[in-house]
Amino acid sequence: MLNRLKNIGLMTLAVSALTIGGLTAANAAGASAYPLKKYDWPHAGPFGMFDKPSLQRGLQVYKEVCASCHSLDMVAFRELKALGYNADEIKAFAAEYEFPNGFDDEGEEKYRKGFPQDYFPAPYANEEEARDANNGAFPPDFSLLGKSREHLSLFTPWNSIYGEDYIVGILNTYHEDAPEGVELADGMSYNEAFPGNLIAMAPPLFDDIVEYADGTPATTEQMAKDVATFMYWAAEPKMEVRKKMGLKVIIFMSILTIMLYFVNRRVWRKIKKGDDLA
Amino acid sequence: MGSSNYQPTNKAVKWFEDRLPILGLMHSTLGAGYLAPRNLNYWWNFGSLAGFMLVVQIITGVILVMHYTPHVDMAFRAVEHIMRDVNYGWLIRYTHSNGASMFFVVVYIHILRGMYFGSYKSPREVLWFLGLVIYLLMMATGFMGYVLPWGQMSFWGATVITNLFGAFDFYEGMGESILHLLWGGFAVDNPTLQRFFSLHYLLPFVIVGVVILHIWALHLPGSNNPLGIDAKGPGDKIPFHPYYTAKDLFGLSFFIVILAIFIFYMPNIMGHPDNYIEANPMVTPPHIVPEWYYLPFYTILKAVPDKLFGVIAMFASILIFFVLPWLDGSKIRSAKFRPTTAFFFWLFLLNTLYLGYLGTKLPDEIMIDMAGGIDALTMGRISSIFYFAYFIVIVPLVSRMESTKPVPISIAQSVLDANKKG
Repeated sequence: MLNRLKNIGLMTLAVSALTIGGLTAANAAGASAYPLKKYDWPHAGPFGMFDKPSLQRGLQVYKEVCASCHSLDMVAFRELKALGYNADEIKAFAAEYEFPNGFDDEGEEKYRKGFPQDYFPAPYANEEEARDANNGAFPPDFSLLGKSREHLSLFTPWNSIYGEDYIVGILNTYHEDAPEGVELADGMSYNEAFPGNLIAMAPPLFDDIVEYADGTPATTEQMAKDVATFMYWAAEPKMEVRKKMGLKVIIFMSILTIMLYFVNRRVWRKIKKGDDLA
Repeated sequence: MGSSNYQPTNKAVKWFEDRLPILGLMHSTLGAGYLAPRNLNYWWNFGSLAGFMLVVQIITGVILVMHYTPHVDMAFRAVEHIMRDVNYGWLIRYTHSNGASMFFVVVYIHILRGMYFGSYKSPREVLWFLGLVIYLLMMATGFMGYVLPWGQMSFWGATVITNLFGAFDFYEGMGESILHLLWGGFAVDNPTLQRFFSLHYLLPFVIVGVVILHIWALHLPGSNNPLGIDAKGPGDKIPFHPYYTAKDLFGLSFFIVILAIFIFYMPNIMGHPDNYIEANPMVTPPHIVPEWYYLPFYTILKAVPDKLFGVIAMFASILIFFVLPWLDGSKIRSAKFRPTTAFFFWLFLLNTLYLGYLGTKLPDEIMIDMAGGIDALTMGRISSIFYFAYFIVIVPLVSRMESTKPVPISIAQSVLDANKKG
């Protein structure tokens, strides 16, 4: 019976392999042709958890560099607990921001300081304002970029492109001058990882553009890795609880499966042998 | 669901049973009252797995609806609200999205098992029809469900698929009228999202209804079996409970482990990354692909140069399964005793998988690097022709002409023979 089970398992895998593998291969084909450098992310793999100091540094990079153009609409200050901050630190962090708060008696807009339940405010009031300030380009929201730039492949994992690697790739592959024959329109930059290579975002990171609170040297690569980690967390904030629960579920169900295997064998013993027919 | 020999001993239960014989119904459907062939193999587990997935999808779906808003301005954010703010919302949503894929995996295996062992043949034709109706309803439900998160692939998938119905333009304005009815306007927009949401909630319950008919139709002739011969004598059959309840529980438990690996460790691998970008009618994704379970039919659609005939070919590729009981003229059900049929069955399966693989390719992508390069469109046409040739030529001819292997007299006899040998 184990043999038969194995056959069924293999068949099932093969069927899904060919169909799903095909789909994901096509996804990968749509991404940039540039071979992205692959990093060993501490939060990758079934047991990987976020590197909290890196998340905190990534938040700092976001706040001091990226946030001037990129919104983070879906993340609330209260969620920063996951980065290792306590309630008071989050309160203080939120209080640095201002939010509209109704109108006073003369019809003028009133403001209040932020609370932990508030969401990161957007740098621009609307898309038009954002485009006007950025040479016609619209800086995308950061909340889901870590997941929407991924190209995962189930059966050819080596072809997978991870969102974090892509983000680091974008931040690290600017060329000062476009290669010969490529014309850069006004305000555009040349970037190897970006599909089409012409990107409206000027190189955002330079060595030591931020001063890390924990003293880590702020190289461009270090900052890119930190902000990519932070962006992946922003896109998938429940990753840690998901993996922890998954381990419990799979251990429990595996033991139950083994037990049910023996129950089944016991139930079938006489029938299998044909004892009832003799 | 035939008559039951259920005799409750408890007086209160008997009192109730005399007034509503529902326990007897359960007994004769899933309990010891249903006699099943004794030789069902593990491929027969996939029916109950499909039933399990239907229940999982309905339960998780009902919970998702409690937190979702079907409006173009709010749907995308509502899904992220479920993922971030709702307690265990990520678990419910990932179970539902991966559950849809696993439901299709299970149902495809269930259908293929029916094809291999001849379960569609007399007297089970109506059972086969009802299964195909369930599958068609699943296709519609799955498609509309994929639209609800209102990501880029939701929107553009909905645009591509609904536009297909515009091909039915048999008189001036007919195609357009169909499209306006589907969209509730002049393009995929808020009315489209709202009607898809309504139907996505309704159709699963229709599926439940057809599933009940499917089980009813199953219990008249009883289950087919790997030998494909009728289970006659008492030695051929065993009670569903405890034998198949134990076996189904073991299979289910194993299946849940696989499902859990997807939900907890690669929850986004079956989806398209573009669906984490909110729908934008002004930006067309470079490559629009449907969910993986539609891909073979998508290739057939693309293979035909004419739009109307492409759509007809696509629908025909599924509807042709309805006439399979008559295309197959063999007196023997199981491909176990029909080696040529078995060979072509596996070829058909490989070809269909390849059609699915081609569905992800752009028409001009080079598939085979010879003779100046054969592109995906050409390969899609060859594969599509084989797909239909299998039904129209291969099955009718092979089933009537092949020399078959000797079939055992009875299931019980085959068990005894196997024991003698082993």
